[in-house]
Amino acid sequence: MDINLMITSFPKLLGATVVTLKLLSLSLFFGLFIGLLFAILRLNKNKIINKFAYGYSYVFRGTPLLVQIFIIYFGLGQIEYFRSTFLWVVFKEPYWCAIIAFALNTGAYTSEILRSAFQTIKPGFIEAGKSLGISNKIIFYKIQIPIAIRQSLPAYGNEIILMMKGTSLASTVTLMDLTGVAKYIISTTFKPIEVFIVAGGIYLFMTFIIHNSIKFLEKKYGYQ
Amino acid sequence: MGLLAFGDTGWGDELFYATLMTVAVSITAMFIGFLFALIFTPLKLSKNKFFNLIGNSYTTVIRGVPELLVIYLFFFGGSGAIMYVASIFGYNEYIEINAFVTGSFAIGIISGAYSTEVFRGAIQSIDKGQFEASQVLGLKRFVYFFRVIMPQMLRLAIPNLSNVWQITLKDTSLISVTGLVEIMRQSYIAAGSTRDPLFFYSFAAVLYLLLTFLSMKLINRLEIRYSRGF
Repeated sequence: MDINLMITSFPKLLGATVVTLKLLSLSLFFGLFIGLLFAILRLNKNKIINKFAYGYSYVFRGTPLLVQIFIIYFGLGQIEYFRSTFLWVVFKEPYWCAIIAFALNTGAYTSEILRSAFQTIKPGFIEAGKSLGISNKIIFYKIQIPIAIRQSLPAYGNEIILMMKGTSLASTVTLMDLTGVAKYIISTTFKPIEVFIVAGGIYLFMTFIIHNSIKFLEKKYGYQ
Repeated sequence: MGLLAFGDTGWGDELFYATLMTVAVSITAMFIGFLFALIFTPLKLSKNKFFNLIGNSYTTVIRGVPELLVIYLFFFGGSGAIMYVASIFGYNEYIEINAFVTGSFAIGIISGAYSTEVFRGAIQSIDKGQFEASQVLGLKRFVYFFRVIMPQMLRLAIPNLSNVWQITLKDTSLISVTGLVEIMRQSYIAAGSTRDPLFFYSFAAVLYLLLTFLSMKLINRLEIRYSRGF
């Protein structure tokens, strides 16, 4: 056991953790909007819209995240026309490609979580709102959304942890996140166990923080 | 479509074998995962605090650390660890483990952590009376576990195990970093030599979708079979 290596690699890995956290927060931010949008589309009565939203979540949940990143990073650059549009500014950067892939992926899972939360809202709540003469729009924003958020908290907490682990794939498209730097140190020192303990410890610490914050929120906003 | 031709002109046969490799790795990993679950589920359910700690740390660590990191640990550390064990027994030659073994072991350990959680949940939701009844009837431990608890546990576990299978199947794509030629690796090679990444990665996505779709159909059948009488 090389304690010295563990101590010297710790600051490097901690620096890379910032990249991981940036990737995570940005993709969760965009993913939440995508998820909400597709959850609403899933609840739409129009069959075509419904099928489209279902297809989206089916494809993104049925394929590995690695394929999705590779399609966006390596695949899209191949289209000649695409490279001449203004979108290319975003898509040529591995950083944004990774975030787009993560956001689309977590958006698919989030849409499923939110959809089931919307569907389990007791009809009584909506009926009560209607009988009080509240407009449909306000019922949706002030009754359905808050209840749905509260109900989806535990599942969404799991999704955040899964996404945090998913950001490690950014290292496959040249980004130096926590896993990327860990791999670099392992391949230069050939001391996998020591580096794994430090990097894994940082990941576990983040999991611990996320897990407990979600628990705290659940307690705060849960049914008493 | 010429790109997918079988034989020397296209990548059809290579991708077909790569798909078989993905399925083989997934099944092996799932099986290794079951073995791990068989060891760690009793530890997690045990009343002994020390055993409990071992069981809990396994599932917490593996489920809290990215799959890719675990794979790197095995990829870079696997042969070193084996050689260390071998040197204790007096064997000092270089040992190289093949990518299939490393890959299925790494994925197997990950899948095992999820399976352990599933089995633990299933056993805990079996009616207490079942355990008590078997004790009252004086059934031998072996009979009691395999004839009473196991069938009930499987019925409760199958829907969640199908999730574990999906996770395992998708995780195998990560072994491509170790050079094992499965769907992802083969697409990478094909994309590199034809300069057509969009087509090959999209085709890889289709292959994965096909695998998840087919396995869902199969698992649904199993589910029906095991829930007879309920």
